[in-house]
Amino acid sequence: MIELKNIYKAFDDKEILNDISAVFESGKTNLIIGTSGSGKTVLQKCMVGLFEVDSGEIIYDGKPFTLMTQEERKILRQQIGMLFQGSALFDSKTVQANVKFPLDMFTNWDHNKKIKRVNEVLDRVNLNDSNKKFPAEISGGMKKRVGIARAIVLNPKYLFCDEPNSGLDPQTSLVIDILIREITLEYNITTIINTHDMNSVMEIGQNILYLYDGKNEWVGNNKQIIFSKNDKLNKFIFASEFLRDAKDMRMLEEKGIIDNDRNMEDVISDPESNLLMKDNEKREHHPDSE
Amino acid sequence: MKFFTTFGAYLLLLKGMLTKPENFKMYWKELMHQCVEIGIGSLPIVAIISLFMGAVSAAQTAYQLTNPLVSKSALAQVVRDTVILEFAPTLVCIVLAGVVGSKIAGELGNMRISEQIDALEIMGINTKSYLVMPKILAALITIPLLVVIAAVVGIWGGRIAAGMTGIISTDDYDKGLLENFIVFNVWFALAKAYTFAFIISSIPAFYGYNVKGGALEIGRASTTAVVTSCILILFADYALAAILL
Ligand SMILES: Nc1ncnc2c1ncn2[C@@H]1O[C@H](COP(=O)(O)OP(=O)(O)OP(=O)(O)O)[C@@H](O)[C@H]1O
Ligand SMILES: [Mg+2]
Repeated sequence: MIELKNIYKAFDDKEILNDISAVFESGKTNLIIGTSGSGKTVLQKCMVGLFEVDSGEIIYDGKPFTLMTQEERKILRQQIGMLFQGSALFDSKTVQANVKFPLDMFTNWDHNKKIKRVNEVLDRVNLNDSNKKFPAEISGGMKKRVGIARAIVLNPKYLFCDEPNSGLDPQTSLVIDILIREITLEYNITTIINTHDMNSVMEIGQNILYLYDGKNEWVGNNKQIIFSKNDKLNKFIFASEFLRDAKDMRMLEEKGIIDNDRNMEDVISDPESNLLMKDNEKREHHPDSE
Repeated sequence: MKFFTTFGAYLLLLKGMLTKPENFKMYWKELMHQCVEIGIGSLPIVAIISLFMGAVSAAQTAYQLTNPLVSKSALAQVVRDTVILEFAPTLVCIVLAGVVGSKIAGELGNMRISEQIDALEIMGINTKSYLVMPKILAALITIPLLVVIAAVVGIWGGRIAAGMTGIISTDDYDKGLLENFIVFNVWFALAKAYTFAFIISSIPAFYGYNVKGGALEIGRASTTAVVTSCILILFADYALAAILL
C-alpha cells in the first residue's frame, strides 16, 4: 500500500501538483487519470523519487519514503518495477538483454534460468519473436510491452506504469490490462497506472484518482465513475458521443435493466423500451457516488 | 558564481560514484566493455596521429639542424624527447578529448534524455557508479597505454622520415635514440597521461550525465565537454610542467 499525504510540487513557480492525497492499495489496480499535461507523470515520478516533492509525505507500507536516505531508497527501489511513458529501453541492448538486465543485476541465477524467466515474461506480453532485436528495430507498442516485461521480471512489490497501453491496438491493450490485473492480484502488488484510455478505466479501474488542475478532483472505481455527477470528470471521460452512449448502456446494465451479455433484444422488444429515456431522467437525481 | 555551482556539482558526481557496487560482476563487465570502447576504439586514430607527428617532427628538426657543429644523431634525441614529453601525451590526449569525450558525453546524454538513467535508478542501481565509474577507470587504464603506444609509434615514424630525407641513416637514428636518455621523462609523460585520462573521462561524463532538455542539448553538452576538457588539458599540461620539471 502506498499513501500520499498533501503532496505539493511546482516547477519554477508553476504549480503542477496541488495538495494531492491518496491511498493506493495492494492487490488492486490503482489508476491515475487526467488530461494530457495534468501531472500524472510528474506524480508518479515524485512517488518514486525521480522528482523531489516540495512538501507532503509518501508512505510505502508504513515507511516514509520522503525521509529515506539515498541508500535506503535504493534498497526500496529494488522492489519497484516501472514502465516509463517513453519505454526507456536500453538502446544498446537487445530486447532479451533489456528484460534480462534486472536479473543479471539482482539475482545469481544461472544463464538458463534467466533466459527461461525472460521468455516467460515476454510471452505474457505477447512478444516471443523479438528476443534478438534492438529497441530501434521494434514498434512503439512493442517497446511498451518490452518495458512492461522488464518492469515485472523481478516480481516487484510496487508496479508503476505510465500509460502502458498508449500506442497499442485495443486487442493488445486489453491483453496488457488483463495481464497487469492478473499479476497484481497474483502477487499482491501495489500497482499504479497512469492512463487516459477509457477501455482501461472500465476494465481495470478498481481505484481511480482523477487529476484536474493539479488537484485530486474525484476518487472512486469504474462502477462509480459511470454514475458520477462530477462535470469535469464526465467531460473528460465521456468525451465522445459514442462513449456517452456506452455510459448510458453501462448504467442500464449496472441497474439490471439490461443484462450483461450486451443482449439488446429484450430492451428493444420490450414495450417499455423507453426505459432508456426514463433512466436518463432518473440520472439527474442519482446521488453522486463521491 | 556559476563556476562554483558547476564545480560543486562535478565534485558531487565524483563523490556519488564511490559506493559499493550492487553486483560486482556486472560492474566488471561494464568496465571491460568501456575498455574496449575507449581503448580499442581509439587505437587506429592514435596510431595514425602519432606516426605522422613523429615523422613531421623529424622532418622539421632536420630542416632546422643546419649547424654543422651539431651531430646528426641529435635529430633522434630531439624527436624522442619532443614525442615523449609533449606530443604523445598532450597532442594525443587533445585528440582523444574529442574522440572519447564526445562519445562519453553523447552516450550519457542520450541515456539521460531517453530516461534510461532514470530507469536504472528505479531498479535500485546507483547510476553514478554504474555508468560513470567504469568509464573513468577504463580511461585511466587504457589512455596511458595508448600514450605509450603513441610514443613508440611516433619515434618509429620519425625513424622512417629521417631515413627518407636521407639526412641521417636509420642506424645513426637508432644510436641517437639511446644517447642522453632520461628515464624521468617517461614517468613525466605517464603522469600527464593519467591526469589527462581523468579529465577526458570525468568532464564529458559530468556534462553528459547532467543533460537537461532534448536531443539538441546532447550536442551542446558534448561540445562544451570537449572544449572544457581541451582547455583543462592544456592548463594541466602547463601546471604539471611547472611543478614536476
Ligand atoms: N521536468 C520538468 N520541468 C518543468 N516542467 C515540467 C517538467 N516535467 C513536466 N512538467 C510540466 O508538468 C506538467 C504535467 O506534466 P506531466 O508530464 O505530468 O503530464 P501528464 O499528465 O503525464 O500528461 P500526458 O498524459 O500527456 O503524459 C506539464 O505542464 C509539464 O509542462
Ligand atoms: Mg505523462
